[in-house]
Amino acid sequence: MSNHENSIYSKALVFSVLAAVTVLIGTIVTVFLPMFTSGMHPKTENLTTYTALQLAGKDIYMSEGCVNCHTQTVRPLKADVLRYGDFSKAGEFAYDRPFLWGSKRTGPDLARIGGKYPDEWHIQHFENPQAFYPKSNMPKYPWLKTKKLNPADIKAHMDTNGFPYTEEEMAALADQTQLDALVAYMQVIGASVAKKEAIVVDPANVEQANPMGSSPEAVAMGQAIFKAECAGCHGQNAEGNIGASIVDYAQAGNADADTYVTVANGFEGAMPSYAAKLSKDKIWSVVSYINSLKQ
Amino acid sequence: MNNEFHYDYKTVQGFVLSAIFWGVIGLVIGLLISAQLWDANLNFGEYFSYGRLRTLHTNVLAYGLGIGAEFGLFYYIVMRLTKRPLVLPKLARFHLWLFNAGMVLATLSLFIGMNQSLEYAEFEWPIDIAIVILWVLFAINVLGNVFTRKEKNMYVSLWYVIATIITVAILYIVNNLAIPSTLFKSYSVFAGVNSANVEWWYGHNAVGFLFTTPILAMFYYFLPKSTGLPIYSHRLSIISFWSLIFAYLWTGAHHLVYTPLPDWIQTLGIAFTLFLIAPSWGSVVNGYFTVDRDWSKMRTQYLTKFFIVGITFYGLQTIQGPSQGIRVISSLIHYTDWVPGHVHMGTMGWVTMVICASVYYMIPAMYKTTIYSEKIANTHFWLVLVGQLMFSITMWITGIQQGAMLKMTAADGTLQYTFMETLVRNYPYWQMRTVAGIIFVVGMLFFVYNVLMTIKKGNDLAKQAA
Repeated sequence: MSNHENSIYSKALVFSVLAAVTVLIGTIVTVFLPMFTSGMHPKTENLTTYTALQLAGKDIYMSEGCVNCHTQTVRPLKADVLRYGDFSKAGEFAYDRPFLWGSKRTGPDLARIGGKYPDEWHIQHFENPQAFYPKSNMPKYPWLKTKKLNPADIKAHMDTNGFPYTEEEMAALADQTQLDALVAYMQVIGASVAKKEAIVVDPANVEQANPMGSSPEAVAMGQAIFKAECAGCHGQNAEGNIGASIVDYAQAGNADADTYVTVANGFEGAMPSYAAKLSKDKIWSVVSYINSLKQ
Repeated sequence: MNNEFHYDYKTVQGFVLSAIFWGVIGLVIGLLISAQLWDANLNFGEYFSYGRLRTLHTNVLAYGLGIGAEFGLFYYIVMRLTKRPLVLPKLARFHLWLFNAGMVLATLSLFIGMNQSLEYAEFEWPIDIAIVILWVLFAINVLGNVFTRKEKNMYVSLWYVIATIITVAILYIVNNLAIPSTLFKSYSVFAGVNSANVEWWYGHNAVGFLFTTPILAMFYYFLPKSTGLPIYSHRLSIISFWSLIFAYLWTGAHHLVYTPLPDWIQTLGIAFTLFLIAPSWGSVVNGYFTVDRDWSKMRTQYLTKFFIVGITFYGLQTIQGPSQGIRVISSLIHYTDWVPGHVHMGTMGWVTMVICASVYYMIPAMYKTTIYSEKIANTHFWLVLVGQLMFSITMWITGIQQGAMLKMTAADGTLQYTFMETLVRNYPYWQMRTVAGIIFVVGMLFFVYNVLMTIKKGNDLAKQAA
């Protein structure tokens, strides 16, 4: 060790300064300098600031640790775009302090959840996720609907963020619950980007008659898919809940092609589309099941 | 041995016992949340739901067990390597009490949902201020000793301790810069893409400078102490140290592959991540060649295997980590259970393995006695090893499975599986992970018992001598 006698390893101050400089080089290049470029502060044209109710909802999302299980960024990868919708744009997050992209998908990504379901879906789903997906591992959140919002706190939060609000908006908060706020937040996530489904079925290209027919196999397959994906809204026995009664729908007698298009494309804000998530045969089997409810 | 030294050891021991206390709490919470993942009925109301407890698990173990043990072990290492008692022993004792008071408040704050939603930086601003104060107290004590040391040269471990103190201070303060709104809530000064970049620069380097450099400091000190074998190459130590602390800070963006973060930052992050294999393996090789002088130590000195297995998992971790950063691999395993599998190989296989071995060496050394039971230590070793391997391997399998299922498309270009279909396939693996966790925790309880009994043995000896 004699040749190290007068090296930096015997001069604590010099060593400490050198160590600090060494760790700061990468920090400056990859973190500090980019901060001063416009590329790090993009904002999409349609992005609006959060309303008081939406911000309160975002705060609850953070408080409950939702980010532990849900991401909010769709990657520009085929399967991500098919499953969730258009890939995330840098400018969508300008009002998120901090970002809420997450790092784990124990549950699905939520970047395109806004407008996917009606409010009532979220209200019932937060109360009891297993009513929609029996094997879901999402915790129930029954206390949200019993807790009132605190307008004074939310006002302070809006001020810190510099978001505009009206006094009427603030006054209205006193009557609302944490659940109302969280649902309002759910519905605004991704709202600055136009809805874009990866696969949209053109009704002109749909067969008029159901190629799966009415065989018991097709009906059983359709029923299994219905129970897994549709029963939450339309009822375990298709009797209707948030969504219409499918029994009634079947009784009314609709053309197979119309039923197929409805399942495939959904209705914006009311029913999600399934064209990218279920193959043609699977959707037709759901049509077979629906037709079997006619009797 | 003068009295001053004895006094300082009480602070060291206090930190070790505190770390054990918080560690047991963090591990038990870990078991509960592992079961919540396969049975949602195990979420008990607001305070015991997964979202709150998962945050608590990582923070209690990182700050309570990890940093608590580091404070204690570093005070010991620093005293020995500077050849003098702590400059400000009363300040160190205050540091110990403030640490535990801070942990109580921090734990409560997460229970009531005070959460910044920044991974590994969830604490809200009042807790952040307390953490900065704690870190400053720690820095004053350590640097005070370093600047007044009785030994001319600073040993490798001191380099890592100094680098840790400086870098963690920069990381923690910058990433937690926020504007307080109320006592319970603040908003980050960084927004959107920029906040993502800052957070993962912090997040990755918090791992680097709380779970890598401090553990290397212990490794470089306690491996030669336990085995009686000097470190193989001083030159390799120098090269590994500087290249490691240089490269680490460039790599955070590998956590943000395929996100809207500018591509050049992602690519730069991935490139430096791959480079990081070299300095990491510098220390691995240094460890191996140290024991290569006499492999019989693996048999004759029970702590050798803790350090060698620990550094082996560090080596595996630092190959697996960089490979995950590559875009094509990230696209498959990112957001899946592969990543918790990776993290737990590091924390259970490397960090706790080396911390436990260091404590096993240090506690008897403080009392000038021997460990209470080598047999219990060996039982502890095999249980945590088996538990950790079961944990990591099941998570890698289910991570690849879910990643592949989520990607799969049918012939007509539609998705092959719904999200629920991919989720339920995790359940058997998650159940196995709970079993693995129980095995690991039982192993850790053997460790706790052994340490407590060694302290009792030491105290009894001291009484006899008096």
